[in-house]
Amino acid sequence: MAEAPKKSSSKKTSTKKSATKKSNGSAARAAEPAETQVKMTVSDEVAIEITDMHKWYGDFHVLKDISLKVNKGERIVICGPSGSGKSTLIRCINRLEEHQKGKILVENIELTNDLKKIDEIRREVGMVFQHFNLFPHLSILENCTLAPIWVRKMPKKEAEEIAMHFLERVRIPEQALKYPGQLSGGQQQRVAIARSLCMNPKIMLFDEPTSALDPEMIKEVLDVMITLAHEGMTMLCVTHEMGFAREVANSVIFMDEGQIIEQNEPEGFFNNPQSDRTKLFLSQILH
Amino acid sequence: MVQNYVRTKMSPDMAPPATETGIIGWVMKNLLSSWLSVVLTVFGAYVIYLIVPGVVEFAIVNAIWVGKDGLDCRSIADGGRVQDGQAIGACWPYVQAYFSQFIYGRYPLEERWRVDIAMFVGVVSLIPLLIPTIPYKRENAIFLLGVYPFLVTILLTGGNIGIGNGAWGFLAILMVLGVGFVVFQAKTTQSIQISSGLKIVAAIGVAIAIVYLALGFDYGMLDVETPLWGGLLVTLVVAITGIVASFPIGIILALGRRSEMPVARLVSVIFIEFWRGVPLITVLFMSSVMLPLFLPEGVQFDKLLRVLIGVTLFSAAYMAETVRGGLQAISRGQYEGAMALGLSFWQMMGLIILPQALKLVIPGIVNAFIGLFKDTTLVLIVGLFDLLGQVQASFTDPVWSSPATSHTGYLFAAMVFWVFCFGMSRYSIFMENLLHRGHKR
Repeated sequence: MAEAPKKSSSKKTSTKKSATKKSNGSAARAAEPAETQVKMTVSDEVAIEITDMHKWYGDFHVLKDISLKVNKGERIVICGPSGSGKSTLIRCINRLEEHQKGKILVENIELTNDLKKIDEIRREVGMVFQHFNLFPHLSILENCTLAPIWVRKMPKKEAEEIAMHFLERVRIPEQALKYPGQLSGGQQQRVAIARSLCMNPKIMLFDEPTSALDPEMIKEVLDVMITLAHEGMTMLCVTHEMGFAREVANSVIFMDEGQIIEQNEPEGFFNNPQSDRTKLFLSQILH
Repeated sequence: MVQNYVRTKMSPDMAPPATETGIIGWVMKNLLSSWLSVVLTVFGAYVIYLIVPGVVEFAIVNAIWVGKDGLDCRSIADGGRVQDGQAIGACWPYVQAYFSQFIYGRYPLEERWRVDIAMFVGVVSLIPLLIPTIPYKRENAIFLLGVYPFLVTILLTGGNIGIGNGAWGFLAILMVLGVGFVVFQAKTTQSIQISSGLKIVAAIGVAIAIVYLALGFDYGMLDVETPLWGGLLVTLVVAITGIVASFPIGIILALGRRSEMPVARLVSVIFIEFWRGVPLITVLFMSSVMLPLFLPEGVQFDKLLRVLIGVTLFSAAYMAETVRGGLQAISRGQYEGAMALGLSFWQMMGLIILPQALKLVIPGIVNAFIGLFKDTTLVLIVGLFDLLGQVQASFTDPVWSSPATSHTGYLFAAMVFWVFCFGMSRYSIFMENLLHRGHKR
């Protein structure tokens, strides 16, 4: 949140920058556990800026007048009824969906039809999907090393080291040589998170990461996401896990009919919702 | 009242009942499981009884194994040397006498070592490629796809192919276009560097020039014109060229047809629907009879080469639709997963989508290959003698004329075709099982 201690926030971003410059990879990450002690902080730097964005599917106006600013280190939870456009919104951020009007700036790069810029943004933005979207013909390890090797042009050995590092962080290094079809849903989703992290992204997008999971497995995925949040990752999560929102989000957005209805910090959002639509929604999902 | 139950003794493993295992179990399960299957079993046994003894009798029991001409396969009453009343089966000495012609056609006798070498090198380099555990797959594939075709061309034709000014002119135009493309791309999108792009263009140019020089070099070998080629040689040349060349073209067409670019899609659709809309016989006829009418006078185009191009484009259209079927089975999520990781279009296709799509349609692909292999027999109508054509041509030889000659010839041709097609079929099943591991639970 805005009143987070300024000093520590700037300090953190600067150390992170120098670390990333160093090797863009394992060394930077490996040094991090010490940093995780730093409280979740938000920097002044803007990670994502969306201004007056509109999107249509044919004649259907899915997203209307979306304006949203996300600072580095911010963790935003987006909720709302199905069909409200929340998935579409975050899919616009890495251009899986194209917006027709308005402006989206990601890491100061504007999203246009320029394929080069789109690729540049996708390298910096990780995404986790509802249905995991792991590659079934590749082993877990190959799933994780594919993008670093082909997109970052990293040597295979180094990519494998990084992949193992992140598989350990999501607590399934022993599955590295198995194939996605042999893993449970929760394990697959954790692999998907590790796969994204291997690209060392600056922003992570989560598109209903726990909606396709059995209740027992939701926790193991949320735990990984919470750890990630504590490490200062910029996160946008479409989810209905309100416990998660309360614990790590510094802002909750409620969407309906393609518009942002309400945005507030979790405390205010859950205890004192302003809009009637939000109240109705919350009354239905919180018992 | 629910009675409390506690197991005190674990029950031991027992052998299954006899009806479940062993021969009896197998018969009960597979042949006699219901009244319908009993009836079908009896009917099947009857069909086998009708066919198999007859074939065995003809091909083995009553067959003539030695002889020096057709009279050895003819009864005395018919003017031959076989005792009257003795049943006459297959006339194998005829196949033996014609065997080399069935393989090489009218390829000059003293030059056949060239065909032998081509076939030998092909087999020796193909087998390690087909066995998954043998290393150096990439080097092997590069040799087989990049070097072997030219080696075979030189060996079979004798090299010394006139590379005219037209061909060199074509190369020059290609180079100019390539350089232009690189400079244009580098200036407009900065997606490639001029120096590295030019290096690639230069490498392609050098490679084509080397191929030109290799094909045009006079090795001092006798020039064997393609009309002299025949038999299994022609069958294999047409089938393998068709299979190898149509596969990548088919993939490109399938991607084109699913592309979001209107021009690419339109071109692919027109191409595919055109070639699927005409019979192969028409394609062959057009290529050998009509095409020369459109070409300027004096421009010669080898007939076999025209057939090869026709067959390739024809089967590429079918291949495209098979591959498209596989592409359609890949979920949107796979594309999105790949795109979200920042993979480029070709990386996404080559690393994620195509490996999965092609695996799914292996049965369809091999189906197309087998169909193409058998369709090569149609080249007979444009005057090329493939294996079947060569066998049929031999029937007119009075020396080996006998009642059993044509039966024997067809049986032989059928056996050869069956061996190749069955081999492809089994290999595809082997590959399917091998690649299946990625999806198994």
